[in-house]
Amino acid sequence: MTFRRGRRLTFTFEGSPLEAYEGETVAVALYAAGVSVLSWSSGLGRPRGLFCMIGKCSSCFMVVNGVPNVKTCREPVREGLAVERQRGWVPPADAAELGEVETRELETDLLVVGGGPAGLSAALEAAQQGLDVLVVDEHLRLGGQLLKQTHKFFGSVELFGGLRGFQIAGEYLKKLESNGRVRVLTQSAVYGAFRGGLVGVVGRDAHYVVKPRAVVGTPGASERYLDFANNDLPGVVGAGGVQTVMNELGVKPGERALVVGSGNVGLIISYQLLQAGVAVEAVVEILPEVGGWFVHAAKVRRYGIPILLRHTLKAVYGTEKVEEAEVVEVDEGFNPVPGSEKRFKVDLVLLAVGLEPDARLFAQCGAVMRWSPDLGGLVPLRTPGLETSVRNLYVAGDASGIEEATTAIIEGRVAALSAVSKLTEGSRAGRAAEEAERLNRFLWEEYRASPLLARARRGKQSVTVSEEEMEKVRALSPPPVSFG
Amino acid sequence: MEVPPYRRTGIVELGELARLGLLPPERRLRRGPVAVLECPEMIPCNICVPYCPTKSIRMERLIDLPAVDWETCTGCGMCVAVCPGLAAFVVDLSKEDYDYVTVPHEFLPVPRVGDEVVLLSRRGERVGRGTVIRVWERNRTHVVTVRVPKGLGMEVRAVWVER
Ligand code: SF4
Ligand code: SF4
Repeated sequence: MTFRRGRRLTFTFEGSPLEAYEGETVAVALYAAGVSVLSWSSGLGRPRGLFCMIGKCSSCFMVVNGVPNVKTCREPVREGLAVERQRGWVPPADAAELGEVETRELETDLLVVGGGPAGLSAALEAAQQGLDVLVVDEHLRLGGQLLKQTHKFFGSVELFGGLRGFQIAGEYLKKLESNGRVRVLTQSAVYGAFRGGLVGVVGRDAHYVVKPRAVVGTPGASERYLDFANNDLPGVVGAGGVQTVMNELGVKPGERALVVGSGNVGLIISYQLLQAGVAVEAVVEILPEVGGWFVHAAKVRRYGIPILLRHTLKAVYGTEKVEEAEVVEVDEGFNPVPGSEKRFKVDLVLLAVGLEPDARLFAQCGAVMRWSPDLGGLVPLRTPGLETSVRNLYVAGDASGIEEATTAIIEGRVAALSAVSKLTEGSRAGRAAEEAERLNRFLWEEYRASPLLARARRGKQSVTVSEEEMEKVRALSPPPVSFG
Repeated sequence: MEVPPYRRTGIVELGELARLGLLPPERRLRRGPVAVLECPEMIPCNICVPYCPTKSIRMERLIDLPAVDWETCTGCGMCVAVCPGLAAFVVDLSKEDYDYVTVPHEFLPVPRVGDEVVLLSRRGERVGRGTVIRVWERNRTHVVTVRVPKGLGMEVRAVWVER
């Protein structure tokens, strides 16, 4: 991988000048400069380093130009910015001091919440079908987790197979731009939905109240955490967090790493660490078999990275950051086997122990939710067309249950086509419904027929109900908000 | 269902490849370069199929295992370049003095023709040294053909350039 860096600039960290590149976030610029402690916890004053890097945790809250609790993983570094560490939660200054923020009203046919693989494909499909689309995303640029996927995707040529993740994002962005029907709000967060079908968005420079005719929610997922001694020490990072640092921004994340979890994410990140010149001591897996696909495991094994099955992380050690990690074998009941401890001198411990769907938007709208261990947690009940019990609110991608990027792309299209079939009339509506059905047949009967996707398939089957059943659910639990 | 050993080790044995129809027959291996697709699971993927210039890879459904027609495969290495799983290799066991192996390579530095490189087995063991005889690139995957000691053609599955 090669990186084209932006202009050099200078900002200050606790009074001293630091250099950075335009296009970096504050958290990454600090990391690159060797600052591993970004804040201290409120109660015990324990050091905090970066963790998720996608705005879903609170590990990187700092004071930026006097404003506390800024998510520095989402804050672009700028010339002259003043950054300071904070201790615990700092109450923001009162509203009067912060000044007025303008409220703007927006109308759109389709609001897409989240610009990752599912959101991008939903937005493009809907725009191509003639709908006006608004995409809201928290990050600096659209693409979601695709931006940091440097490996080639599986699938078929039509499904972008063979392209690398960031190249797929690039393809979508080009098409969205040339389509002209898609408006984009980056660095903007949807904070709630309200009666009357209104959606509130905190934007970069304004507050928006959006009135959409339909919403496709593709907020993605967040990284799971693991219980072990000192698990909050800087240097313990989510796999996705390290991908941001390394693959999106081109900063070497450490020297020696231990990866916890042998699912595809853990295996892929191990290979990418090796590509970045980081030594990977081992991949640790608590189960008696590799979690991810064989081809990903074979890739790391042939470069000499061991996969320790039936092992778990017991503790990490270090003063201000990770210096050592201790791994222990487990028995059939997942209990540690005394005396089997092994220690690794590492400065990075990557957690790739699974993802949890982001359920907030759907739960807040009052959609009927289901708990599915196969899907990673709480997900909205949905029809085959991916409509939730909240009328005109659709779900797609990891938020519909953890699966993978290619299925997220297909789901995004299914959701958009279902919305088109409802929002339009005549032959256009009919064609959209047919196309959604065709895609669904492919998804369920061909793609998910792979035994490697059996678990997600089973999970998704268990949370999908027919249109008629959904009407009964709506009658029993009428949602407080509706769109359209 | 029995867990296949490769799901515990991350290493597929030749016997397993043969059982799944992924290993070219001995006679074909002795005749010249041929593809070995180490793709034992039913991945939803068929990328190697449309890219094979001689149409030698067949697959009915997206999730089927790739079936190579060993007779028409020329060992060109295109599948090595495009396979997202980095699971495609070309081996040539036809020469008396050396074997030849073609592997995907995505690490820096990129090997150059004439370089002596470390040969790695499926287990990541350093099984010897070989000489790079050809390198080409496609979408950032380098396709490296290396001359290896006789007998290592079915062992070597990666190379490493020592800095
Ligand atoms: S080596 Fe060339 S001819 Fe043989 S299967 Fe691969 S792409 Fe086809
Ligand atoms: S391209 Fe690679 S992973 Fe995909 S089917 Fe062919 S050999 Fe298997």
